[in-house]
Parts: sequence; structure tokens; C-alpha cells
Amino acid sequence: MERKALDAKIACRSVWKLYGRDPEGFLAAHGGNPPDGAIAADGYIPAVRHASLEVFPGEILVIMGLSGSGKSTLVRCLSRLIEPTAGEVLFDGQDLLKIPAKELIEIRRHKMGMVFQHFALLPHRTVLQNVAFPLEVQGVERATREKRALEIIDLVGLKGRDGYYPRELSGGQQQRVGIARSLAVEPDVWFLDEPFSALDPLIRREMQDEFLRLQTMLRKTIAFITHDFDEAIRLADRIAIMNEGRIVQIGTPEELVTRPADDYVANFTRDVAREKLLTVASVMEPQADGEALSDGVVRQTDKVADVARLIVASELPLRVADDSDRIVGIVSRARVLDMLFSREPGPGG
Amino acid sequence: MAEAAAPSGERAVRRWVAGAGQSGLRVAIFLLAPSVFVLSIGPFLPEWLRIVPQEWAAPFVGWINAAVEVLRREEMLGLFTFRDVTRAIANLIDYPLDFVEAILVAGFSESVPGLPWIAVTGLAVVLGWYLQGRQLGIIAGVCFAYMAIFGKWELSMVTLSVVLVAAPIAGAIGVALGIVAYKKRWFEALLWPILNVMQALPHFSYMIPVAIFIGIGHKAGTIATIIFAFPVMARLTILGLKGVSPEVREAGIMAGCTNRQMLWKVELPAARPTLMVGVNQVIMLCLAMVVLASFVGAKGLGHDLLNRLRSLWIGQALEIGVVIVFMAIILDRLSQAWARKEPEHMREGPFHVRHPFLAVGAAVVVVSYILAAFVPALQLWPKSLSITTAPLWDAMIDYIIVYAFDYLELIKDTLLVHVLIPMRDLYLLLPWSALLVFAVTLGWYYGGWQVAGIQALFALYLAFAGYWERTLITAYMVSFAVVVCVIFGSVVGIWAAAGPRRTKVVELILDTFQTFPSFIYLIPAIMLFNVNDFAAIMAIVIYATIPTTRLTIFGLRTVPHDIVEAAITSGCTPRQVLWKVRMPLAFPAIMLGINQTIMYALFMVVIAAFIGTTDLGQEIFRSKADNNAGQSLVVGLCIAFMGLIADQLINAWARERKKVLGLE
Ligand SMILES: Nc1ncnc2c1ncn2[C@@H]1O[C@H](COP(=O)(O)OP(=O)(O)OP(=O)(O)O)[C@@H](O)[C@H]1O
Ligand SMILES: [Mg+2]
Repeated sequence: MERKALDAKIACRSVWKLYGRDPEGFLAAHGGNPPDGAIAADGYIPAVRHASLEVFPGEILVIMGLSGSGKSTLVRCLSRLIEPTAGEVLFDGQDLLKIPAKELIEIRRHKMGMVFQHFALLPHRTVLQNVAFPLEVQGVERATREKRALEIIDLVGLKGRDGYYPRELSGGQQQRVGIARSLAVEPDVWFLDEPFSALDPLIRREMQDEFLRLQTMLRKTIAFITHDFDEAIRLADRIAIMNEGRIVQIGTPEELVTRPADDYVANFTRDVAREKLLTVASVMEPQADGEALSDGVVRQTDKVADVARLIVASELPLRVADDSDRIVGIVSRARVLDMLFSREPGPGG
Repeated sequence: MAEAAAPSGERAVRRWVAGAGQSGLRVAIFLLAPSVFVLSIGPFLPEWLRIVPQEWAAPFVGWINAAVEVLRREEMLGLFTFRDVTRAIANLIDYPLDFVEAILVAGFSESVPGLPWIAVTGLAVVLGWYLQGRQLGIIAGVCFAYMAIFGKWELSMVTLSVVLVAAPIAGAIGVALGIVAYKKRWFEALLWPILNVMQALPHFSYMIPVAIFIGIGHKAGTIATIIFAFPVMARLTILGLKGVSPEVREAGIMAGCTNRQMLWKVELPAARPTLMVGVNQVIMLCLAMVVLASFVGAKGLGHDLLNRLRSLWIGQALEIGVVIVFMAIILDRLSQAWARKEPEHMREGPFHVRHPFLAVGAAVVVVSYILAAFVPALQLWPKSLSITTAPLWDAMIDYIIVYAFDYLELIKDTLLVHVLIPMRDLYLLLPWSALLVFAVTLGWYYGGWQVAGIQALFALYLAFAGYWERTLITAYMVSFAVVVCVIFGSVVGIWAAAGPRRTKVVELILDTFQTFPSFIYLIPAIMLFNVNDFAAIMAIVIYATIPTTRLTIFGLRTVPHDIVEAAITSGCTPRQVLWKVRMPLAFPAIMLGINQTIMYALFMVVIAAFIGTTDLGQEIFRSKADNNAGQSLVVGLCIAFMGLIADQLINAWARERKKVLGLE
């Protein structure tokens, strides 16, 4: 189902960010789309090149890429922490880059929240004061803001720690404070820049669960940066992959795995446990007339890993049903084994 | 070398000197050859290339004095002269000064006395305990009790009250300037060089202008102290604000901070660690300066010390020196503990549970007042009960003189006759043109044309200021002292860096010594060698060895571990590890230590002039006696520029060297 760009909560169009002597002049001189050779030759650093994407209401868009591929820069352009060299950024259909500074502050105070890789807590403030900080700068009176802050501290599981200073907390707890702070103003759009990268694997996992739990409750519109593909798969509705400042592909995790746009994307997806990611639909074949079938039926939305045992145990192919119990195809033992062992992307789906 | 195709001469030369083989030697030859050449033809140079004739010298002194005269006499601000204005502003300082002094010792009236000494001592204990722990509390208590029991209470409290007034004012000025510089680039560009020169100016250069525009006295001393101490705060404020992590700043923006909220709620609090380093330094500089400011009439410990030294009552001088040392130690420890103190979450409960130290502090004051009302000795330790150590010190000095005098004289005379005087005569032959060539060549090689230009300006100033001979004498004393410092400091440093225990002990000693006001170092020098050039050099040596030692240790201990291990596995003996691996890698750090040693020596040379030398320091002293502001400033700048020449060259060199060694 195609969604219109107009429905997007936040979107950007042909955004460029160049670092160097005179980026605007340079872009203009090349008609807004300089070739790679010219950028390097003139000593400019292309942090983001010609990037366009949309994030729809309630969606988690994960932005992925190697270190230095421009993820942080792109997200900071979306929140206008960084002024893009060219392009437009639409927030609720309004061009964010043309908004005067006063209004921008208002938008940040009420509609945006951001979580940082290294937490960025204010060391001289308690957990409570950190979480209440965005409300404090708006001028919300003390009793109200502390009540609200306490609610969120509860929500992120830090009850009883409100009087502690960041230094007195573990990394995971500190990031919970960071999350609580970004949620204090009940923003519509939530930016997270590698929020869990600085944490241990175990804690990271726990925080991902926490994040998903919060998102089912809150339904924010989210741009989430990571360079960990497993994390991306767990969290994403869609993933945008960046390489050297360009967005090379945007799609659902399944699309990226089954139809990578180039080797760079394929490299990311190589080590993914396909059976956990892919659904039966991606290994399904059309039903041929008169073929002998087993009695079993699987759904096309089932993950392959969940039904693999059933399929492999049966000598004959199984029927595949859609949500309204219509039979839409068959799935054979051979296809599943191929997928599990040869790791070739199946042609179906 | 055939480098014809090189794009520029500069690059070609660089490539040549950096070429393979004996590159170190080549660099040295290339850099030193021009100045050696000028030096060697020195005797054949026309006279004006050796010393700028008096009639050519720029009349800086005259200009400045003329300007001062205008500011003093002309009623350019309507009915007032500029000096009236400065004096009026200075009078404002009396209010906080009197207030703090009244609290600490003087009292507000007959019926409202100041704090009893046990109250102040008790508060010091509580403060030390609160900031760090029981140990610091006890140290603080002992230091303050010493001041009372040894009969130095009033003097100490007068000195302390100047520090307590001057430090916050200097800090506030510094922070304000730092904030403006952080916000406005052009202001930073303007401020930075001024701060550099101000921090290189010797203490005394601040005093004469202050004396002229404010007058002599306690107040003037306080103001000189403030002026002396604020640059370091401004510098550290700029550094601290620039060092705030970009993420924290972004968090502030995303929370919707306005510019003002950003500064006060995010940036300044996040810069606290750096700012607190500044606070510590401001306090210590204030103490160092207020002791010296006795020369313009500041009261307190320094004033007494000065009088005793003038009359050569060494025992009593030493006694006061010890009090000053205690004051320095305790102010340093307390302010460092404050800097390190991190906020902790509060316990629930009534006031005395949430703020136990405030409660105890209040109790201490109340109880002390009550006790002191009944036992006057607790209000002010009676003179009759005061202990004095002066006779002890005097006896010790007598002992030294009786038994060691001949040896000390021998050492002194030998050095004077065989080393110092020949060296001085040699220095006096140095043509200014050689210095110019030397500074410009090195500046250009390590820092490019900009540095070379600044170097040229400094050197030309020295040549044309009209004090070339005095500059050379200063240079001779400083360079001799620096050589001794470097030898001594690096030997101690190498010894101390050999094991963690040694390092700890030596660093503790250095830390302690470094907090002492420089004035203190005159006492042992005078004690051992009386009043002359040699004693001055000794004073410089004692004071200026500290940084070289400290940075030698630092450099050696921070050599990357894997490199040392690689050397050991390659079969190096411990000696080879030290000389072939650790020393070369530590060298940039050691050079920075030497740089600081030079700065310290230049500061001390001025103070040492007090015990009779014939260098620039003496000139400053003379100008103080004549109230010659122009001369004191011009000569002060001579010293500052000598320091800055060395500073710039060494820093440029160390930067390059670190890059080469990959130690960034
Ligand atoms: N202020 C700046 N000046 C010059 N270049 C910059 C600046 N900020 C970023 N860059 C460059 O832009 C490129 C993209 O940086 P960015 O921080 O967006 O990468 P990233 O994908 O977030 O990487 P990481 O995973 O390491 O966070 C990098 O090559 C970086 O060096
Ligand atoms: Mg990043």
C-alpha cells in the first residue's frame, strides 16, 4: 500500500550537507547536484548527499549505515540541529527550514524529543531535574513539571531514583533518564541517535524491549539510528540504508534481505538469520494443478523459523493460506532447506 | 640539494632539513647557523647592530608617563580626572573588605566581636570534612589552630579576608570576560593575546600603575591582586565553555532552550570541572599576590614578612613563612576538594538530616560564641600564651653559619668567579641582531611566517626599549638558573618516575611546594647566602625546578605501555629502555616543563631583585620607588616578551614533535 508523501509526519527532499569553505556557492555552481569527483577535488566533505525520505505517523524508521555514512548528520538536519546546505525538511507539511527561530524553539519544546548516544545528561542535576528540564525551560511551574517528570520516571522503570545524580546510575539507567527526558514534553516525533550503542549487549537487549513496550503504548513517529542490523530488524517498520552520505535503499527488513539494492546493502544483510526474519510468503510457490499436497496448512505471515519443523517433517508440500484463509500457494521442504542452508534469497514472495 | 622543482622555497628547505640520515644535526645546523654567524662576526658588527644607541631607543617610558600624567591631571571627564574615577571605584572595595575582616577578626563594634578563633577553626574543620572527609577536616583544623596558637591570628585573618574578597571578584570578572569571548569571536581574538601578555607580566608590573591610580595601601593591594588573578579565570572559562560536549549542547537545543537558558542552565554547569580548576588557581594566585602586594601597602602576613626580611630577622621571617605555607596548603586543599566534590542525592528527613554539615557549622558558631564569652582565650589567643619558634630558627641559622659558612662561601665564590661572572660578561657581548635572527629563524621554521613575525616584534621591542644591557643580565641569570633547574629537575624526575611509590611521594612534595607563594622562596636563599646575585639565583632555582621535575615525571609515566613492552621484548636493558625509548618520547612533555621553568624563573627574577641584583627586576624596583609607571610597564613588558619568545618557540616545537611521534 503506497502512502503519500503528504501524509508524512516528517520528510526531507533532496537534502544536502557539505562541509567546507563555501558549500552553498559550490552547490549553486554545480546546479545543485555536483558530481562526486568535483566534491572531492574541491576539498568538500559530503556528510549527506541528495537524501529524501519520509517518516509516517506512528512508524519506526531505522537509519543504518557504517560509521561516517552521515546518519547523525541526516537526523540532525531533520531536527534542524544542523542547517542543511540545500533541500527542504517538511514537518507536518510545513517547511522547517523557513520557520523563524522563535517558532522553531516552540516546535522543539512541544513536538520533538531526542535521545543521544552518550546520554547527554546534565551532570549537575538530579534524575528528576534532568527529566523536568525541558518543561522547566518552557516555564512550566515547578509542582506541575515535577509531577509530570515523576510519571515518566515511573514509566521508564526508574521509580525511587529520582533524587539520584547521573553519575550515581549505571549506563542503562542513565539512558532511561535520557529517554524519559525526551518524552517529558510528549513529543510527536522522536529522534534517537544510536541510543543503545554505548551499552552492553545484555542491557542493550533489555532496552530494546523497553523501547518496544513504550512504543506500543505511545505510538510516536520515530527516526532511530543504529549501525547494528539485528537491532534494526527488531525495531524497524522500515529501514533506510546510508552509504557515504547517500540513502541507497529504503524498505522493510524483508525487502532489504530479499532484494538488496547493491552489494553494500547485501553485506549488511548477509549474516541475518533469515528464517527468523522472512515469512512463509517469501518462499512460497504458486500451486501447480494436480500436485500432491500434504494436509497441513501454514499462514503466509508466519515466520519461516516458526513453521520450519512442520514443513521439513512433511514429505509433501504444504498449503499456504492468507489472513482470510484463502489458499494462495504452496511451500515445499526443498525451498525451506535451500533458504536455511544455502542462504540464497528465494525467488518467490 | 637539488630541489629545484619544489613549489616553494620554504617547503624545499623543510624537505632538505628533514631529509634522511642525520636529520637532527641538519635541523640544528640549519636553524642555528644564521645566529651563530651573526654572533661570530659580532665584534665586527657596527655598534648599532649590537646595542641600539640610547638616542634611537623608542621613548616608550616617556609616552606612557605622559599618558599617565594626562589621566592623572586632566579633567577629561567633566569635573573629574580619570584617577578620581579609579579611586572612587577602588573605594567601593572597602565595603566588602571591611565586612569580611570584621567577621573574621576585627569585629563590628565593642559589643559585636568578630568570630572567635575557635569558631573559625571549627568551621574550617566542618568545611574540610564536608568537602572531602575527616582527614582534610583535621588538616584544616590544625592549620588554623597553628595560626592562633603561634600568635599570627590577626595577620592571617587579614590576609585571608583579602583572598576571600579578591578571589570572587577576580573570578567573576574572569567568567564574564570568558563568556563574552565565547559568544563573540572578535572579542576572543582581541582578548586572547592580552591574556597571554598579562599572564607573562611579572607581579610587580601590576603594582605601580595601581599605586598611581589608586594610591598606596591595603585597598590598592587588593585591587592589584584582583587584576593579577582574573586572566587565568577568563582563559579557563573560554576553554571550559568550548569543551562542553556537543551532545549536551544539542540536548539543550532540543529541549527548546533560548540562548540565555542555554548558557546558564546547560553550558556553564556542564563546564564546571574546568571552571573549578580556574577557581583553585584564582585563589592560589590571589594568595601569592596578596603576600607580594605588601610592597604597595597591603596589610597582613606579607607586610610582616617584608619588614622582617628588610631587617634581616630571618628567624621571625621564617616563622611567618611557615604560616603563609600553611595558609597556602589549606586553601589549595580545600578548593581542590571543592572542585572534586560531586553532588550526591539527599537523604530524606528534617533539616539536620538533609544538611548535616550546615547544622553542625551553625552549632559550632553558637557554641564558640558562648564559650568565648566565658573564656577570653578562645576569642583571641592571648599574646602571653603564644608560642614562638623564631629563637629555634635563629639558633639553627647560627648553627649553619658557624659550621657551614665557610663551605657555602666557598661554593658561592667559586661559582661566581669561575662560572657566573664569565658567563655574564659573555652574555653582555650578545648583539640584539643575533637574537632577532635566532628568534625569527626558529619561529619561521616551526610556526611559519605568522610566528616569525610575532617573534620579530618581541625581539625588536627588547632591542629598542632601551634596556638591552639589563635584559642581557636578566637573561644570564635566568638561563643559568634554568640550566641548573633542568639538570636537577630531570634527574629527580627520572628517579621519581622509576616506580609508582616514588612518583607518589615526589608528586605530593611538588604539589605542596607549588602552592607556596613565590615570595617564600627568598627566605632560605637569604638565610644561606645573604643578599647578593648568587642568593637570587638560588631562590630562582628552588622555585623554578618544580615544573621541569613535574613534567619529566609526567612525560616518562605516560609513555604508552605497549611501546615500552615492545622495547623490553626487543632485548633492551633498562638503561636502553630509558634513554632510547622513554626519554625521546617524553621529550615534548619535558620541553613544556622547561618552558614553564623559564616563565617561573622570569617571575622570580623580579622578586629576587629585592635581595639586590642588577637586572631588569632591579629596574622595576627602582621605578616603584620613583613611582615611575612608564618604566615599570616597559620593563615588565621586556620580561614578558622574553618569556613569550621562549614560550612560543617551545610550544611550536613541541606541537610539531608530538605530531611526528604520534602522541596527540
Ligand atoms: N562539523 C563537521 N565538519 C566536517 N566534517 C564533518 C562534520 N560533522 C560531520 N562531518 C563528516 O561528515 C560525515 C558524516 O558524519 P556523521 O556523524 O553524520 O556520521 P555517522 O553516520 O553518524 O557516523 P557514526 O556511526 O560514527 O556516528 C563524516 O565523514 C564526518 O567526518
Ligand atoms: Mg553518529
